[in-house]
Parts: sequence; C-alpha cells; structure tokens
Amino acid sequence: MPSSPSAAISFQQVSKTFPGGGGRAVQALDNVSFDIAAGEFFGLLGPNGAGKTSLISILAGLSRASGGRVEVMGHDVAIDFANARRSLGIVPQELVFDPFFSVREALRIQSGYFGIHRNDDWIDELLVELGLADKANANMRQLSGGMKRRVLVAQALVHRPPVIVLDEPTAGVDVELRQTLWQFIARLNKAGHTVLLTTHYLEEAEALCNRIAMLKLGRVVALDRTSALLAGTASTMLRFKTDATLPEALRENARITGRIVQLAAHDAVEVENLLALLRQAGITPEDLEIGRADLEDVFLEIMQGGRAGRLAA
Amino acid sequence: MKNQAEVSSPTMRASFGIFAGTPTLLYKEVLRFWKVGFQTVGAPVLTAMLYLLIFGHVLEDHVKVFGSVAYTSFLAPGLVMMSVLQNSFANSSSSLVQSKITGNLVFLLVAPLSHWAWYVAYVGASMVRGIVVGSGVLLVTLWFAPLAAAEPWWIVIFALLGAGMLGSLGLIAGLWADKFDQMAAFQNFVIMPMTFLSGVFYSVQSLPPFWQRISHLNPFFYMIDGFRRGFFGVSDISPWVSLAVVGTSFLLVAGIALNLLRIGYKIRN
Repeated sequence: MPSSPSAAISFQQVSKTFPGGGGRAVQALDNVSFDIAAGEFFGLLGPNGAGKTSLISILAGLSRASGGRVEVMGHDVAIDFANARRSLGIVPQELVFDPFFSVREALRIQSGYFGIHRNDDWIDELLVELGLADKANANMRQLSGGMKRRVLVAQALVHRPPVIVLDEPTAGVDVELRQTLWQFIARLNKAGHTVLLTTHYLEEAEALCNRIAMLKLGRVVALDRTSALLAGTASTMLRFKTDATLPEALRENARITGRIVQLAAHDAVEVENLLALLRQAGITPEDLEIGRADLEDVFLEIMQGGRAGRLAA
Repeated sequence: MKNQAEVSSPTMRASFGIFAGTPTLLYKEVLRFWKVGFQTVGAPVLTAMLYLLIFGHVLEDHVKVFGSVAYTSFLAPGLVMMSVLQNSFANSSSSLVQSKITGNLVFLLVAPLSHWAWYVAYVGASMVRGIVVGSGVLLVTLWFAPLAAAEPWWIVIFALLGAGMLGSLGLIAGLWADKFDQMAAFQNFVIMPMTFLSGVFYSVQSLPPFWQRISHLNPFFYMIDGFRRGFFGVSDISPWVSLAVVGTSFLLVAGIALNLLRIGYKIRN
C-alpha cells in the first residue's frame, strides 16, 4: 500500500516479532498500516503491551521492523534514515539525561548531532517557551523530574523537525508543566508541525488530537477522527456514588472505580430504565450526574471488545 | 513562535554527509572526560608515576636493557605507551556502556549520525584522551629519567595507531557489554594481561624462548616495542615488522567496530 503524498508519517504493513521465552516468538506488531497527514495532531492509544512503543521505536530508528515499511515525510526510516531522522523530533518516554552537561550544553550538543551549529537563537526561544531560561546553565543532575522532562522536549525540538513524536510526555508530570507543554505543542501544531502523541491520559488525547488510532495486541482496532469515535459510542453516561452492591443486570456493563459507578446509556429512555433498576434494587445514588461519554468510555468499550472499532482512513 | 517553514533560516545552517554531526560528537566525548579530568587524566598520570618510582627504585641498579640503557629510562616509554593504550580503551568503552545503561544513548540513536560518524568521533576522542594522558606521563617521567627521541616519527606513529586500535577495541567492548561488570571483565581479563605481558616492564629478549614466542602473538608487544624504538633507536624487533602487525591489527579491529555500528549491534533492536 503506497503512502499518501501528503502523509507526514506512513506505516505500511509494519510487523515486529521479538524472540520470547521458550524459543517462541512474540508478535508485538501485526500488519499495522495507517498514515498521518502533515499538520495533524494524532493520538496513538492502547493499553500497556499494545505495541505503541514498538511502533514509535521503529519510527525513530531505535528498532527495526520485521516486515513492512515506515516513512517520515516521504523518507524511508531504514533506507533514507538520515533524512527521516532530520524530519523527526522524539520525546522519549523514559526520563533520560546526560549528567555531564548543563541544559544549554545538552541542547547545543543535540543540535550539533543534526549538523546544525550557531543555533542559540532557537535554543533561547525554546528555553523561554518551556520555562527553562533560569536553568540554562544548571547541570542536568540538579533539575527536578519535571524540569528534566522539559529539557527532553527541548532536545526533541532543537533541530526544528516538521514531525514531533511525544511518547507519554506527561507521565508523572505536574499540572503546571502539562499546561505549559500542551500550550506550546498546540502552538507548534498550529504553525504546521505534525504531532504524534501516545498517552495514557485519555482526556488529553480527546482534547488535543484530531484523529486517533487504537492498538490492541499489536493490531489497529480503531482509527478515526476523535469526534467520530465519540459519536459512535453510547452518548450518555450516568455517574454516581454508592456503597451498595449493584444488581447483576447492571454490574455487567458498569465501570466501577471505588465508590464511583458509571453506566452507559444511549438515550433518555435508557437512562430512565437504569434509574428504575436502581430504585428496584433499593439503591439511592449519591452525587448523581448525567453527562456525555468521553474517550475513556470509547477506549474501554473497544478494548473490552464491546464494540468493533471504526477503521476509517 | 516561528513557523516550521523557517527550518532553513540563516541561523540554522545544517551540514550533511556521512560525517555530519561528527565534530559535535567528538567535542562532546572530549568534554565528557575533560569535565572529570582529575579522574580521567590526573589519576592515570599519578599511577604511572608510582610504577616508575617503585619499579625504577627497586630495579635501577640491577637491570640494564639493550646493553646500556638504564632501567628507569627503559621503563618510562613503556609506561607512557601503556597509559595511552589503557586510557584510549577506557574512554570509548566507559562512555558507551554508561550511555547504554543510563539510557541517554537514545539522543545519539535518534540523530542522523552514520556509523562512520560514530566511529570517528568515539575513536577520535579516545585517541585525544590517550595522547593527553600519555603526554602527562611523559612529562612526569622526564623528571626521573632522561629521555631523548632518537627516531621521533616512530613515537608519533605507534602512539596514534595504538590509541586508535584501543579506542576501536573499547568501542567493541562498549557495544558488547550490557553491564559494568562485563566491562570490568573485558578490561581485567583481556586488556590488562595483554598490556602487562607486552614488555612494558621488561625486554622480551630477557624471556625464555617459549615466552618470547608467546609474546610475539600479542599485538600490544609490537606497539610498545615500536614506540620505544622512537626513543632509543633500538628495539627487540624491526619497527617495520611492528608497523605491519599493528597496522593490520588496527584495520581488523576498526573493521569489526565499524560493522557492529553499521548493524546497530546491541543498540538497535
């Protein structure tokens, strides 16, 4: 399947097999194919072990595909790796840093790896945008976890790549940094950068991504516009707190988090029926809310196999 | 916020080609050891000085080499070359294994660096460290032993080739090792015996014939002997033979290192 000429990233029948225990091979990715258009803010979601990191590792050149082809801005990541990597900025999942250098040194060095020298104007802008200006000369070891995460973002952007990959960038990050980071990334996206985001924070993906792919056991199980994915699920969600045990009929489809219960409904009649069932069971819901289903509901529905994912190109 | 279309603005002149990024990686690797110079340069110089003090003091009046050369004078070039070799190996191997274990190798792996760029930068920085430490040891030993360069070109040739070969060997070890103890094993069970049994502390001519033959299988022997030739104009073996052996060994080790980098051995899945 050839990639679309406007694709910033193209995955074509990508497979990855790892040697597993007992001589058995583990299939991390199984014929994954989709394109991400230039300028898109794209979300790649899936539970742990779904294959997200394997896919991103192949994209970044950290790992090699067992089969298939991956392109960044039309450059094959295996054959034309230098141009593919010049087009790509990766924010890795792990909080890694080189303890020998200051923030500014780390950024100058990363820029130099891409053959870009005298890049201090852009480095200064990155430092300001990411709230690192007063840490420019601090050694990496002296920074907090959140600050180190900001430096990782700056390192990924130091060569101004047209495509930015954020692999769980807000894991373990405080609210303030999240806000700063997302505002900055959204501005970059508006300026034309393509963004590929993996995250376990589904509210972030819902708020930011135009389109989303969901992976499960190495396969794409859903691929569509975020709005279409949300429209395809039960549109209403009944949320309340209770200490009582739900009747069997409700428990099967309920999402229970401690005292919080969520029940999906398609329309007002179904809401009425659910409330009636609760009354019959003698349960008085506390803090009852009726709201829209969110991406987390869609995600769980698809991952639990309750609904076939939409695979729109 | 500037638009991404400005990627090629005048402030962003990017250099391409297989050696793009090499100067920066070389600079970073040199800066890395220089920032801890007390440990990476000062300590080996002190260690070599202690060897010279102890062995020189104990053996000075008992051993004469090449007929008339005093033992301390004979020992000094050997210690210089030993320092060059050990530190060249230590630089590339420790840098790579540390980056692999701490995970910051990812910054290099995502960059458009060719395997040639990696090789030239890592081995180049190893050679710089080896030569800097060797020069430090040489300066210190001049205090204890008068040395003159009878055939200085051999000094330069064998120092550079030896440093390059051990830098390449360090690169291979760094790629192979997954843990610090594997690296220590490589250093203690391969590099250290080959260095100590290469004639740093003695002339191979003083060994029984069997051990002389064994010594001739060790490429480190030819590096030390050729290097020493530059100071005394005398050597256990012809410097041209040493050059052929060391040159061939260097090309072999460099070829292996380059191929491992090309295939991403243990650094790309």
